[in-house]
Amino acid sequence: MADASSSTRGDLRIVDVTKSFGDFTAVDDLTLTIPEGSFFALLGPSGCGKTTTLRMIAGLEEPTQGSIHIGSTDITNTRPYQRPVNTVFQNYALFPHLSIFENIAFGLRRRGIKDVKEAVDKVLNLVELPHLAQRKPVQLSGGQQQRIALARAIVNRPALLLLDEPLGALDLKLRRQMQIELKWIQTEVGITFVHVTHDQEEAMTMADTIAVMNEGKVEQMGTPADLYDNPKTAFVANFLGQSNLIEGRIDGNDGDNFVVDVFGQKIKINKNRSHAKDSSVLAGIRPEKIRIQPAGTAMSGNVLTGGVISDASYIGVSTQYQVEMPWKQELMVFEQNDDGVPPLEKGDAVTLSWEPVFTFALDGREDAFAGSEVHADEE
Amino acid sequence: MRLTWWFRKNLIRIYMVLGFTYLFVPVAYTFAFSFNNGGKSNLVWKGFTLSNWQNPCGAPDVCLALGNSIRVGLISTVAATILGTLIAFALGRHQFKGRSTTNTLIFLPMATPEVVLGASLLAMFLNLGINPGFWPVVIAHVMFCISFVVVTVKARIASLDPRLEQAAMDLYANEFETFRKITLPLVAPGIAGAALLAFSLSFDDFIITNFNSGTLTTFPKFVYVASARGIPAQANVIGSAMFFLALFIVIAGQLVNRRKAR
Repeated sequence: MADASSSTRGDLRIVDVTKSFGDFTAVDDLTLTIPEGSFFALLGPSGCGKTTTLRMIAGLEEPTQGSIHIGSTDITNTRPYQRPVNTVFQNYALFPHLSIFENIAFGLRRRGIKDVKEAVDKVLNLVELPHLAQRKPVQLSGGQQQRIALARAIVNRPALLLLDEPLGALDLKLRRQMQIELKWIQTEVGITFVHVTHDQEEAMTMADTIAVMNEGKVEQMGTPADLYDNPKTAFVANFLGQSNLIEGRIDGNDGDNFVVDVFGQKIKINKNRSHAKDSSVLAGIRPEKIRIQPAGTAMSGNVLTGGVISDASYIGVSTQYQVEMPWKQELMVFEQNDDGVPPLEKGDAVTLSWEPVFTFALDGREDAFAGSEVHADEE
Repeated sequence: MRLTWWFRKNLIRIYMVLGFTYLFVPVAYTFAFSFNNGGKSNLVWKGFTLSNWQNPCGAPDVCLALGNSIRVGLISTVAATILGTLIAFALGRHQFKGRSTTNTLIFLPMATPEVVLGASLLAMFLNLGINPGFWPVVIAHVMFCISFVVVTVKARIASLDPRLEQAAMDLYANEFETFRKITLPLVAPGIAGAALLAFSLSFDDFIITNFNSGTLTTFPKFVYVASARGIPAQANVIGSAMFFLALFIVIAGQLVNRRKAR
């Protein structure tokens, strides 16, 4: 029997792992290293292979090919109960016939630990529910069940804690609160957390590192800020927040920058932020990075003229504009309502500008809408 | 006017009283006549007595028949419950060749007329050189009880979230421990229900038993035979006692469940 506190520690390495169900490839040649002690998120739309990856780490699915290691130990062919890995299941999967105390003690008892009371009490205090020890799971609210599921897993001090959409069943307010708590608990116990979610906000709030998955592959991996500011693919640019992606062509060099021609106007893109394969690019800019002014105002940085506001919605902290450009593309602009100037109105002619450093460039042959339509059906 | 209004308001209650009356009049009749001082024939009310209850084995052979029924019932129940539960797990939890065929075939004994089953079982036993009696009856009862056990237990297994077993495995329980600590306790109410059902089916069975019992007398057979010359009131005593025992088990089960849920 595995002893979770034994030497099986270290980074989780997933090496060339493929998982097929019949003709369907759920995970496609995935290689990934998750550093020990990190809070790692696997983010992607449903069907992207993130849950299958999690289940393979837990041992609930067997990889068709490839191997999985924790530290120097190959765990690919071990049974779930032999792995120093515990899971917080999506619907918590608390044992309905056992008390909360026995639910939490379950893993300890299976590992032959006789004196469980101290450990169970400690973890119940950690999740702030010591008074519920003798209750049954059905008597708990969703948020309480979520915490007990977490307690039941971390009491074993696994090398790795897997969280499968752990906050999916909670309402928005509770979800926000639990995001903060989960992050705090992770720091407190120092266990590697691998968190699977389709909710980009959840991933960005909690994780140190996010791997964005799409169709069984990792599209991009990095810190939340990295992924947001410097996406490498249109899928990442659209799945994490919103992006304006404008077709363009690299026209020349200016020091560290490429000069890019977009429908006759020139903008600059830092070479470090260019993921273009050749001269054809999609120039990307986040809506909140764009400044918007009435046409004719002198502006610096990257400037695009000739826009007309086709829609303006005032939402308190900001105003969201849709600006139709001369090449018939609608660009999104989020303007903070912090300057005391009344918002511009529909039909106004405007000039857009932003700092060149915020621009990123993607391969011009990509689908500019990849990843943008998946949000709607997820929630 | 007022009467109509009252009638409308209480229609559902009146309907309920009528429904329960319909269901329980025969039981009440059986119970009442267990106190009849009727002598050999228990068809006409002749006066109240407690002597039937004080001496339930008073009528010739009634307790012999009851003992046989209980023995057949217990052995058949244990065998059918074990076999049926194993089949239910195989059907509910595993994919194998012929699974859907098995699923269909398991229903066949339930759908076959009992007289046909009884007659063909007798023919089979005779052809095999086995004389009718205790064990042929047990074998026959196990056979028709299995289907009911499978159906009952399978329903319980189907309602069991497979993630609970995965969670147990994730929490260091091997296959056997997972079965013992999680699966079995959660399926147990289904198995208990199946066992009760099997026992009452076996205890109650007349048709198949009559074909295969030879000289063995079971309680239903005793009552049937006795009916030709008058059923003794002791049969009513035993019938009523069975009814109250069943009622007690159901109520106790409900109370235990309610306490568990709290």
